[in-house]
Amino acid sequence: AAPGSVPGRSNRSAVPGPSPVGGTGARLAAGPEMHFGFQTVTEEERREKIYQVFENVAKKYDVMNDSMTLGIHRVWKDILVHKMNPCPGTLLLDVAGGTGDIAFRFINYVRSVRQRQLQRKLKHHQNLSWQEIFESYQKDEFNSLGDSQVVVCDINREMLKVGKQKAEHLGYSEGLSWVLGNAEELPFDDDKFDVYTIAFGIRNVTRIDLALQEAYRVLKPGGRFLCLEFSHVSNPLLSRLYDLYSFQVIPVLGEVIAGDWRSYQYLVESIRQFPPQEELKVMIEDAGFFKVDYENLNFGIVAIHSGFKL
Amino acid sequence: MEGWHQLYPGHIPTSPLQKALLAAGSAVMALYDPYRHDMVAVLGETTGCLALPNLRDKMKNHPEGHRILQERPRIHLSTLDMARLQGLPEGSLGREYVRFLEDNKVSPDTRMPPKFVDDEELAYVIQRYREVHDLMHTLLGMPTNMLGEVVVKWFEAVQTGLPMCVLGAAFGPVRLSTRKLQVLATELVPWAIRSGLNASCVLNVYYEQRWEQPVESLREELGIFPPPAVRV
Repeated sequence: AAPGSVPGRSNRSAVPGPSPVGGTGARLAAGPEMHFGFQTVTEEERREKIYQVFENVAKKYDVMNDSMTLGIHRVWKDILVHKMNPCPGTLLLDVAGGTGDIAFRFINYVRSVRQRQLQRKLKHHQNLSWQEIFESYQKDEFNSLGDSQVVVCDINREMLKVGKQKAEHLGYSEGLSWVLGNAEELPFDDDKFDVYTIAFGIRNVTRIDLALQEAYRVLKPGGRFLCLEFSHVSNPLLSRLYDLYSFQVIPVLGEVIAGDWRSYQYLVESIRQFPPQEELKVMIEDAGFFKVDYENLNFGIVAIHSGFKL
Repeated sequence: MEGWHQLYPGHIPTSPLQKALLAAGSAVMALYDPYRHDMVAVLGETTGCLALPNLRDKMKNHPEGHRILQERPRIHLSTLDMARLQGLPEGSLGREYVRFLEDNKVSPDTRMPPKFVDDEELAYVIQRYREVHDLMHTLLGMPTNMLGEVVVKWFEAVQTGLPMCVLGAAFGPVRLSTRKLQVLATELVPWAIRSGLNASCVLNVYYEQRWEQPVESLREELGIFPPPAVRV
């Protein structure tokens, strides 16, 4: 399903001009050409349009995800967190984390790992004296998350709002923070996080190379980069069925469920514009990551890329 | 994958498969959530492929309708001189129209612009139909409650043949009480159908040039029978 000669497709290396810092700076009115779905726009236009897309879809984001993927997106996200296999004490940065799906799964996972840890400890305690058990209780304080924390960072206020409401509704509060920020310029110090995830977000970033560089910067040495994103289906028959479904059904679902055809038209077009698995792997390596690898899910409809900062 | 052949601002070109899916989806959603007026609009656009050209031809073959197609008047708060209409004598179209808007707290500006009609002239026809809907209420003397809307839908279904009107007329009554259903079935619907069949095409009236005309006179001219004496 690779598109033909579409302008502005490989925006990563060929983009001249000043870096896109906060929308100011000496940028020409025209600016470098980029793609917004199948349209050609300037860098600034692309950022604005994408911001508007997510502003519009925020409230129906979860419903639409379930409808479009028939609930399968939940499995993809579960697989991502299982692959991450966090242990209590892990510090996670979830970028473009909007409505909190990865963050909540992370918390659930760490909680269950922590519970098993505590259970094992208690079993071990059966040989100890009352005094020793009492002392160990004081130490642990039965910290249910074991000092793990997740920071959800998103550029879009509406998406963060929806995420916070969901967290309140579902009862997540401990170990969770919400930060407004741009993946291309993260508001965090160097070498801070154990894991960096970006699920279905990197496709919407205008300068992917900058986002990858930032990911590298904020990860601790030994830290892991994980990216879950729509990718390319190489099987020709499946690819045609996938295209048919994407272009014929998804915008209709957008119109009927969310009253918004155009945002979902953008979504399916942007998937086609995004670099395929191998190309993204090279981009991640370019940012300095080692042991970069990817895993296809559902024949390449989705792929998880992983890399380490050493 | 469609090319971007926009025929008018807001136009979204769609394949036959997409139109079919939209028609089905919007019908279900409109029934499920009656507040989704946009779904009713989408249903009208995706199912109107036979009725709309029909309406357009009726307009083309009528002197007043033909002028409307040429001049493309729009009914918006910005184009209406509300002060002047309010000052018109009681019983005149303009005065009664403004009264209707105030009593029911509606505005002509809430009509959806067409998106899925693949012909620029037909897009205007459906837009005109939508903007003239409040005038239908005024001519028929029906308020904007559920019962009133259903009556107007029956009238419009007979007049326009739009499947969306037919569906609305058929399914609208589902949420009415038995007492209202009785009034509907025995008095209002027969009258609406008779008037709809008897009346000339309501889209062939240049309403903007007839504000001073008394409503009763316009009813007679069109062939709409006086409304039955029931409280709606």
